[in-house]
Amino acid sequence: MTDAETQSLIEGVVARDRRSLGRAISWAEREEPRFPALYDALWARTGRAPRLGFTGPPGAGKSTLLSALLRAVRARGESVAVVAVDPTSPFTGGALLGDRVRMGEHALDHEVFIRSMATRGALGGLARRTHEACDLADAFGFDRILVETVGVGQSEHDVLQASDLVVVVLHPGAGDSVQALKAGLTELADLFVVNKADQDGADRLVRDLEEMLELRLDDGRKDVPILRTVATTGDGVEALLDACEARLAALAASGELGRRRRARGRFQVGRIVEELVHERLFGDDGAGGLLSGAELEEGTDAPYARARALVDRVLPQRSA
Amino acid sequence: MADRIRVLVAKPGLDGHDRGAKVVAAVLRDRGMEVVYTGLHQTPEQIAEIAVQEDVDVVGLSIHSGAHMELFPAVKRELEARGLGDVLLVGGGIIPAEDQRELEELGFARLFGPGSRTDEIADWIEAQVAERRRKP
Repeated sequence: MTDAETQSLIEGVVARDRRSLGRAISWAEREEPRFPALYDALWARTGRAPRLGFTGPPGAGKSTLLSALLRAVRARGESVAVVAVDPTSPFTGGALLGDRVRMGEHALDHEVFIRSMATRGALGGLARRTHEACDLADAFGFDRILVETVGVGQSEHDVLQASDLVVVVLHPGAGDSVQALKAGLTELADLFVVNKADQDGADRLVRDLEEMLELRLDDGRKDVPILRTVATTGDGVEALLDACEARLAALAASGELGRRRRARGRFQVGRIVEELVHERLFGDDGAGGLLSGAELEEGTDAPYARARALVDRVLPQRSA
Repeated sequence: MADRIRVLVAKPGLDGHDRGAKVVAAVLRDRGMEVVYTGLHQTPEQIAEIAVQEDVDVVGLSIHSGAHMELFPAVKRELEARGLGDVLLVGGGIIPAEDQRELEELGFARLFGPGSRTDEIADWIEAQVAERRRKP
């Protein structure tokens, strides 16, 4: 069923061949038709490495913080993969992937693997296949996976779909925006990091965050740690890693980690079902689907009535 | 889904002149490519290792230090050592004609000197990658 190239990629990832991992992630990104076979064959090996997601506004210092965290994780003897996402231009489809500039020191460490992904039209802060890229790194056997989103505003929540734990990184320059962030990004946070904590306004930002948490109605969500870091010097990074560990352990103990992972799996399969149904209905690059363009055009009924009639034809009615 | 061209733009060695590399990176991005930029002062080993992790179609090296005859072949060797001998390898910077010929014999597909037009570089890369992808 799987061809020789797919088989050799599968074996390569299992054998911890870095080139195979790089290639496999490209298959995910470009939606190579053989990717589902590759992915499903490796899937049983996933679910081991904890995944930490880092999100926050542009300029908060996420890449620099990740580079400092890589150092701390490596000092503890763990291997680590990073998936760093940067935006694709909506106008040209191109992207400049610059997160590596801040992570250069790790390029020759064979226990570190860094992959840049462009969003390619996805709007939630991650690329469409970031979840799968993390799974491939997990199957490869990395001890830990770090995900960095694009610089986000208030409504990019996809980081939840790729991480066990969400760290929201802010910086003093963004102090006033905490107000605006109240209903958005901050609700995702398992941990807050105030980076660039040596700059003016850091205390004020910490106070704003504390106040925001105090005002939360749900008692269970008031207790979100706020950590200070200076990523450029490494100050506070050990403490951040410890806090992530403690939080992960608490999530695991309460059963929340399992719930999150199940929700992630549900979301993923739901998304794949949508894609497959779409493909089957409308066809894929020339291959005909169950519904032709002509069928969508013809008929005198109003659009909702026409659409419902078409769906009734191709999918069995829900039983009442 | 279109298969986007992925390019690594790297600065090997010690020179700090990255204006050219950044201009080329921006132009390739504007032509719809995904450009991974490494920043300054990369060793040949680092560049080859990044090419592995990022699974790029093209590696573009920029140099102004005069050390191209040491660094460029070293990058080629490191790529080959990692099974990436078939990556499209190009270079840019101040490289005398005789060195250019020698590097081309070593497997550099093309070298772009000062005055190269950025749209020509982009056109050429697009055509080369398209041709390579047509091959089985």
